[in-house]
Amino acid sequence: MSSDIFFYFFAALTAGSALAVVLTKNTVASALSLLVSLVGVAAIFVLLDAFLLAALMVFVYAGAVVALFLFIVMLLDSHGGDRKPFKKATIVAGAFAFVLLVLGVFTFAKHVSIETPAAESSAATLVPVGASLRAYGEQLFTTYLLPVQIVGFLLLIAMLGVIVLSKKFEGLEDVK
Amino acid sequence: MTVGLNSYLILSAILFAIGFFGVLLRKNTLVIYMCLELMLVASTVALVAFSHFNRTNDGNVFVFFILTVAAAEVAVGLAIIVALFRRRQTIQVEELNALKN
Repeated sequence: MSSDIFFYFFAALTAGSALAVVLTKNTVASALSLLVSLVGVAAIFVLLDAFLLAALMVFVYAGAVVALFLFIVMLLDSHGGDRKPFKKATIVAGAFAFVLLVLGVFTFAKHVSIETPAAESSAATLVPVGASLRAYGEQLFTTYLLPVQIVGFLLLIAMLGVIVLSKKFEGLEDVK
Repeated sequence: MTVGLNSYLILSAILFAIGFFGVLLRKNTLVIYMCLELMLVASTVALVAFSHFNRTNDGNVFVFFILTVAAAEVAVGLAIIVALFRRRQTIQVEELNALKN
């Protein structure tokens, strides 16, 4: 099937650029790799018929979040200078944790297989659920009305918090 | 191997592992923060895949909320990092040890 090829392509793109985020020394390159990775995730969402979420992913993450990251990176000018190497115990602990995690992923990939629910092939279910904006609207304003309002308040609180955090206060220098 | 629910879950697990590895490996607070975002995105891939294969929309709505919360979280986190840099002139984690001892 042709969508399988798309899945493998975008999965490789996403995972590869995620690795680039971790492994590049340059912080700006990390942020740009994060951008590519998020666009890959948006493409995966398109393959899963979640078109609205794919668009939101590009707008919110690729548009706003990565731009904010790049802005802060360039504002802080944070090339590390000469950084201390890791302690030996830290290296051992980190390698151990990573090996455990990789083993977990491989065990999952090899042995566990969550049964894919059989989609009934009648005409009614052929319309993909995530594709209809109407379904989102109906759910957001009936079932999930309270969470929507809570999230709205959360955004307000976050905005106030950011304003307070980035304000300069006099006479707090001794907190250092 | 045909692409099914498991392929998407494995992709999600791999992305999460890479993000976790980044949090362990990197010492720049900004890059650690990017890796945290990567872990969050990995969880949304799993949610959307479950939602697609179960023919229900609830997972997608949940991802909608995750996106909102992530946007708020990034704004606050970066503001904290800027405030930190203003006080300490560094954002490398090994130099941020004011609570040690």
